[in-house]
Amino acid sequence: MIDLRVNNLSRRFGGLQALLEVSFEVTRGTVHGLIGPNGAGKTTLINILSGVLSPTSGEVFYRDQALHRLPAHRVAAVGVARTFQNIRLFPTMTCLENVQAGHHLTARRPLLPRLLRLPSAGREDRQLAVHSGEILARVGLGGKASHLAKNLSYGERRRLEIARALSFSPSLLLLDEPVAGMRRAEAAEVANLVRSLAGEGMTILLIEHNMSFVMNLCSRITVLNFGRVITTGSPEEVRGHREVVEAYLGSGDPHA
Amino acid sequence: MPEQLVQFYAVYGSVINFIGINALLALSLNVTLAAGMLSLGNAAFAGLGGYAAGVLTLHFKMPYVASLCGGALAAGLVGLVLGLPVLRLRGVFLAMATLAFGEVVRITAVNLEITGGAEGLTGIPNVTQTWMIYLALAGAAYFMAVMRRSRLGWALVSMREDETASACLGIHITYYKVVAFTIGAMLAGLAGGMYAHLNYLITPRDFGFFIAVDLLIYNIVGGTRVWYGPILGAALITALPEILRGVGVTAGPIRMAVNGLILLLVILFLPNGLASFFTRFRPAAAKAETA
Repeated sequence: MIDLRVNNLSRRFGGLQALLEVSFEVTRGTVHGLIGPNGAGKTTLINILSGVLSPTSGEVFYRDQALHRLPAHRVAAVGVARTFQNIRLFPTMTCLENVQAGHHLTARRPLLPRLLRLPSAGREDRQLAVHSGEILARVGLGGKASHLAKNLSYGERRRLEIARALSFSPSLLLLDEPVAGMRRAEAAEVANLVRSLAGEGMTILLIEHNMSFVMNLCSRITVLNFGRVITTGSPEEVRGHREVVEAYLGSGDPHA
Repeated sequence: MPEQLVQFYAVYGSVINFIGINALLALSLNVTLAAGMLSLGNAAFAGLGGYAAGVLTLHFKMPYVASLCGGALAAGLVGLVLGLPVLRLRGVFLAMATLAFGEVVRITAVNLEITGGAEGLTGIPNVTQTWMIYLALAGAAYFMAVMRRSRLGWALVSMREDETASACLGIHITYYKVVAFTIGAMLAGLAGGMYAHLNYLITPRDFGFFIAVDLLIYNIVGGTRVWYGPILGAALITALPEILRGVGVTAGPIRMAVNGLILLLVILFLPNGLASFFTRFRPAAAKAETA
């Protein structure tokens, strides 16, 4: 079943055509890779899908809901979560608090019962703390719950961002370079996590420069270059594609 | 013992009252600071509340509590209307816009007849008692403490930490900014109303630029991250002239220098203000919560 449909999406920044008529589809419960050289427009695409940017033209449909005119908070409410290439955590909160804060869409935490000291508030807080702790454990940060986010290592920060994105149980997860700067063992853990999330029915679209990570994990890959889609296909198809090889290695033709 | 207490109150009653009023004003600014918004308009909101309460009492013969509510509502309403366009601005630009708003309020108060012009509004019955100020302060402090753990509080603190990330978690940034701005304006309006009823009169000078900056100083000195921070800051800075007199330094020009010195020391050595003396063990507390 097709979950995400990107249809003729274009985005222009002044004189720069960041994306030009990009179209592809992502199937529910699969891991879809988005690769391409630097400046290909991958992050711009994720920014548009998550509502941080609006497209110049084109459409995005997620389960038949149009996303391309929604602001970021409405896109999230549809069930789309994301991480950021340049990690955007809540630095002076603890790890647990980062995940608790991420529960905005699913938690109620109403003000009035708290002011009146009703027991329901404490109950909800305890449930949220437990749930947040479970999510932290899932990304391998179970022992770091009370550490401030800003004191984590680089790889831990990336994993905490994934944990925060998972906090409101999204159905589509956009990961912008989830294993950049990670050690091999750490990246393998993230790959396992992503695989198990997809196994639970979550749809995942990820940008990554680590080719072995992408080739092992993704069932379909879309390749962008200069804002255009070169091809979409299985890892084998993409690897053998002539234009993809040229985009990465440069073509033999000096005038190209 | 009670006799000494009565004597102490006779001497320091007005300082105690002003600590309460200033702490309320500091808390009102803290609502917006908690969300990372730097507003210099809260003194003007206090002025609006004070004038509204005064006018309601003098011209409409409203009882005390009703005039206070009217003042808070008037300030809140203006905060709502001002917040919608202004809160698209960030950082220094928001500070400038709210500062300009403060000047508009001041100049309007100088030129309107109903506010008594430059002389101010006089003859407002002084019914505000110390216990009323501290009851309002306790209520506001309780609200702030509880609010931090509510939906609103989580959203505001998330926005302070990172707006884009917050939006991508489903937090409607503009909505929560306007809510915070309006709550802050109402709280400032309440404090302004109590001030007007404490002081017989209210003049345009009472809520000028320097007061707006003082509110910010209370927050920075006390700490913006916990509810008692702004109260500590307001108490210390407001009581400072009396403390200085107590140790034999005559207040006056030196007061400003000492204010500046305290501010400098806090910024350099206590980035979370005086409140950090009480919050040092917070990570351990967080650990206990998860266990």
